Amino acid sequence: MSVPVLSVRNLRVEFPTRRGTLVAVDDVSFDIAAGEVLGVVGESGAGKSMTGTAVIGLLEPPGRIAGGQVLLKGERIDNLPPEKMRRVRGKRIGMVFQDPLTSLNPLYRVGEQLIETIRTHTDASASEARAKAIGLLEAAGIQGASRRIDSYPHEFSGGMRQRVVIALALAAEPELIIADEPTTALDVSIQAQIIELLKRLCRERGAAIMLITHDMGVIAETADRVAVMYAGRIAEIGPVRDVVQRPQHPYTRGLMGSIPKLEAGGARLAQIRGSMPRLTAIPKGCAFNPRCELAVERCRQERPEPVHAGGSDVACWLAGAATAGKAPVEAMNSTPPVVTSDAKGGAA
Amino acid sequence: MQDVAIKAAETAPPSTSPNLVEARGLSRVFDVSKPWLNRVIEREPQKFLKAVTDVSFTIRRRETLALVGESGSGKSTVAKMVVGLLQPSAGQVKIDGQDMWGGADLTTLRRRIQMIFQDPYASLNPRWRVDHIIADPIRAFGLARDRDEIEHRVGELLTLVGLDPLDGRKYPHEFSGGQRQRICIARALSSKPEFLVCDVPTSALDVSVQAQILNLMRDLQDQFGLTYLFISHNLAVVRHMATRIGVMYLGRVIELAETEALFRAPQHPYTRMLLDAVPDLAMTGRPRKRVEGEIPNPIDPPPGCAFHPRCPLAFERCKIDVPVSHVGRDGRAVACHAVEAGKV
Repeated sequence: MSVPVLSVRNLRVEFPTRRGTLVAVDDVSFDIAAGEVLGVVGESGAGKSMTGTAVIGLLEPPGRIAGGQVLLKGERIDNLPPEKMRRVRGKRIGMVFQDPLTSLNPLYRVGEQLIETIRTHTDASASEARAKAIGLLEAAGIQGASRRIDSYPHEFSGGMRQRVVIALALAAEPELIIADEPTTALDVSIQAQIIELLKRLCRERGAAIMLITHDMGVIAETADRVAVMYAGRIAEIGPVRDVVQRPQHPYTRGLMGSIPKLEAGGARLAQIRGSMPRLTAIPKGCAFNPRCELAVERCRQERPEPVHAGGSDVACWLAGAATAGKAPVEAMNSTPPVVTSDAKGGAA
Repeated sequence: MQDVAIKAAETAPPSTSPNLVEARGLSRVFDVSKPWLNRVIEREPQKFLKAVTDVSFTIRRRETLALVGESGSGKSTVAKMVVGLLQPSAGQVKIDGQDMWGGADLTTLRRRIQMIFQDPYASLNPRWRVDHIIADPIRAFGLARDRDEIEHRVGELLTLVGLDPLDGRKYPHEFSGGQRQRICIARALSSKPEFLVCDVPTSALDVSVQAQILNLMRDLQDQFGLTYLFISHNLAVVRHMATRIGVMYLGRVIELAETEALFRAPQHPYTRMLLDAVPDLAMTGRPRKRVEGEIPNPIDPPPGCAFHPRCPLAFERCKIDVPVSHVGRDGRAVACHAVEAGKV
């Protein structure tokens, strides 16, 4: 058993406010192995970006890690002093964000930014660093890299900029890459190219990738395993094929049913009633219970812990051996799509 | 005066033509030149951006025509011209036989056309109460006699889109994204329109909320016999909503077909590429071609067919001639030399 590249144990992120403490990430645990892509998926407010931000130690105060551990190759990094953490970021953890334009400094040529990153984290000479920067741009699929290295960020298109950002994230050969919505700002044909690039680089360099996105399609294309987040917790985590094709948690099932599919034609979409609770009003028991068609009394009282069910780990009282495994799945199948509105859920 | 308006609204003559909307040869050019002095000093010519070139389509009553395309394909510009927010540089838009930019009475025409925008955060006035927002078209077109009638109608509309009539007393910031889009839909319906133009109405929403809004839009279409022009960049959403689909690339409609036919057998190489690029959610492992290249700059588009630098089937003629749309036996229109030459 090798040590996972990233290991997150019972992570809890809190935001103390005047009106009490908000829990943005609650008791989240997962591992990512070398060469593996873990997809983290969820709707707005599910805590997926917050988890990524906590791992790289960039939480905005007053947000803070209130519990749990983050281990990089077995070493704790959540309690490092800021100066040491700064060296871990960039060197051992690379980052790719949604908007490539804000990740690049518009006043510097992309080459300067790459070379600076390489020289900060390695003891390469200026000419070695430049050669390496050109190699990285080529690996990221930028044609004529030796020429384009002297261009400014605004001279690249959106897709090309995201390639530059990926090259920048790879500059110090990190063990882990955190990609937060890397394709959301891009057109679908460019998105396919960037997904392909991330997968190839992960395969070739053996880096682990934490891919945060709201797009189940991107996850299905890219990830090996997927964690579905809801209201700050992981609802379901497992191999991508199991989660996409045989989702166990009622929320995952609802989510999959609500995605319009190319194969499906024009049938009515399944709906989840209501909307994601706000952090100020997370329901007692299972956070999903007010929207769940199958909720029983226990769901309203006790918080479910993850249990193994149908290939994945599911935090649901109705999943797993206790209810003969198939119960929630079959019950969902027999439930007709209910037409309700999100009128009461969000603003109430 | 108001009574007359209501009568006119309710007894709009049911025209016999099956087409509610006809767009003929729509084009729109934007002047993107630098200021005059800079041009003189830097000796640069004027620059024009052809956002839309020669786009024609019809929308039958009660159907949904979708226009799909990537950024810069001109789909939103078409929407704005059809709804009357932007005057075409050339071509005409006819709504129920009336030429929008050629003498039609715009006030009565506008009541029958409404629009739903992409961003429900930007398209509602934050200083207005929701009931005021929804009642605005009713007042503007004089569709109600008095306050009571307006209030009653607003309550009806809120219920119709799945909100509570009491929600009218709140302000937009008190609602989530999905609820705001419901408010936008209620406002669009308040003038009793026949034709709704929806410009990527769900792209700002989470997927479970998107499902609620798409289902609502289909229910309303069935209930009121609405006609939709649906603009989107999401092929799966379009497949779900549309009767017919037009695929746009760099300002032109390159393929227009019935939804089922388009997805079963896409003809134009760009349509095929677009379909191949959609993530494979069912994980069927279907074979697909790699997507190459990017959309060219619309200020300086390639000569001939704008898609030829990325097209696997391109030959000499594609670099010279702009392909014209040819309508096939099944009503499918494709603008491609390779398809015409039987290479597909």
